[in-house]
Amino acid sequence: MKVLVALKRVADPDNANKIKIPPSGEKIDTAGLEWKLNPFDDYALETALRLTENGKNPKARLGEVVVVTLGPKECETTLRAALATGADRAIRVEATDEELDGRIVAAALKTIIAEEKPDLVLMGKQAVDGDNNQVGQSVAELLDWPMATFAATITEEAGAVVVGREVDGGVLTLKLGLPAVVTVDLRIVAPTSVYSAQTDRAHKYAEGVRFAALPAIMAAKKKPLVVKPLAEVAGGMSRTAHYSKFEPPPQRKAGVKVQDVAELVAKLAGEAKVI
Amino acid sequence: MADVLVIAELSDGKVRKTTLSAITFAREAAPLLGGGFSILVLGAGAKAAAAELTGFGAAKVYACDDPSLAQYTAEHFAPTAAAVGKSFGVVVATASSFGKDLLPRVAARLDAAYAGDCSAVSGEGGKLVYKRPMFAGNAFGYCTLSTPLQVVTVRQSEFAPAAPSGGASPVEDVAKAAPGAAAGRVQFVSLEQVKSARPELGDASVIVAGGRALKERFNELLEPLADTLGAAIGASRAACDAGYAPGDYQVGQTGKIVAPKLYFAIGISGAIQHIAGMKGSKTIVAINKDSEAPIFQLSDYGLVADLFQVVPELTAALKAKKAAG
Repeated sequence: MKVLVALKRVADPDNANKIKIPPSGEKIDTAGLEWKLNPFDDYALETALRLTENGKNPKARLGEVVVVTLGPKECETTLRAALATGADRAIRVEATDEELDGRIVAAALKTIIAEEKPDLVLMGKQAVDGDNNQVGQSVAELLDWPMATFAATITEEAGAVVVGREVDGGVLTLKLGLPAVVTVDLRIVAPTSVYSAQTDRAHKYAEGVRFAALPAIMAAKKKPLVVKPLAEVAGGMSRTAHYSKFEPPPQRKAGVKVQDVAELVAKLAGEAKVI
Repeated sequence: MADVLVIAELSDGKVRKTTLSAITFAREAAPLLGGGFSILVLGAGAKAAAAELTGFGAAKVYACDDPSLAQYTAEHFAPTAAAVGKSFGVVVATASSFGKDLLPRVAARLDAAYAGDCSAVSGEGGKLVYKRPMFAGNAFGYCTLSTPLQVVTVRQSEFAPAAPSGGASPVEDVAKAAPGAAAGRVQFVSLEQVKSARPELGDASVIVAGGRALKERFNELLEPLADTLGAAIGASRAACDAGYAPGDYQVGQTGKIVAPKLYFAIGISGAIQHIAGMKGSKTIVAINKDSEAPIFQLSDYGLVADLFQVVPELTAALKAKKAAG
């Protein structure tokens, strides 16, 4: 199987509470925060690797994984890290963050996917900076491909994937004929979430994503990485989502500590009047 | 002048309560555009469900009642949603798993700009300005879209469910638009619904949420408390990951975003991603044995105590209070 994974780097989500917004509200300042791969895209990459191997013998690659990102040159760090983890090739679309919005990213990915002709396109369900949750669905529509969002499980079958989606109140299972687009949720990296056609259904993966070994990091420097201009893949488009202002959320103040259950119940009934 | 189209959500042939939040958005946004709003109901049995929505002041309630729409898939729903939506200025649905799945697909089909999970709307110079949470709720952005047609989803917890306003909107049948190749390659296999007598997390006015600290006693401790309060049960990501709670209990940036009247965080330390999902709650109670837990920085009432002792005590105290009336 050939899998294309779309990746985005984001300001360190574990320290997202340290972003700064100047009083003018003109921008979100992420200075001082490390760039990290969007965690959901990290899970998508792990999913792609699992789908292109036999889980019992992950060293033998049984398919191809192409990683794609849009952004400035520094984003190649993200791509090289993905190549070190096991992806085979990388594509970067040269663009500034200011030029991009979800609609343009979807159009650019559509062009690249049409050229690359993967069997499956994977990405995170959303990037944890913009939190829009837009690109996967939009790419699927532009390609006229079936899709499954919020995937918690993927099993490869002949010419298809069976995907368990996390939806309100339960799990919805779809079977998608390939090629298709799948966006992944966090439980996709559980030990029994992803099975390629070759992986024994009794196989259990280690929880979470794999890490690159040092020799792989060295070898990744030699893996192919091509750069395409934005105009070539999303010609003539300019952004249509504009942010005029940002503001921090209202701060909640720490309340009071109560001594025991009796005091808590008394406060909830008498003061907050919520019970 | 432009009108707003609300995409209704059905569950078992009935209108889901989520739809009422999108109607509230439409009631706020339409006057800002100098227009009105209509509603589109898609699904098998849409015609009957449409009758539930004729009393909300919509110009029209469109019903696309087609047996091939019995199970929701975006590939079958998007073409009709787009065909009806294209004569509107704004297409909206609530950001449930249905709305979040379908609407970006509709946006792409209409070449429309998209704003997801909006928490408020205002007008500026005849254009809509959407307030959106970003960076796990650590920032709000004010977003305008410059395509003639715009597609948005709105946060259920920020738009109160619309109440009927009387009147009788006419119901108009619409034919299902021809689906594309994508629809031929998607097959519904199953829906495993978690049937519960408790309210859904998105709808609940009281939520009892537990963390990993509850361990295997998660259900044993929280279920009686939730039942006493008529509450939904939520969980931190850590509790879900550890298998103490099912995945769909998860509250947080990566789970459900909730804003109940009363939220109990029990054994939840208060990781950023959890706080992003519940900090809109009106009253927050935190119970944790670690007095330094970050959750205490935003809770209205904090109790530093051993969960295994105080949760049953709390359940008993609330039961006694209820019995006393």
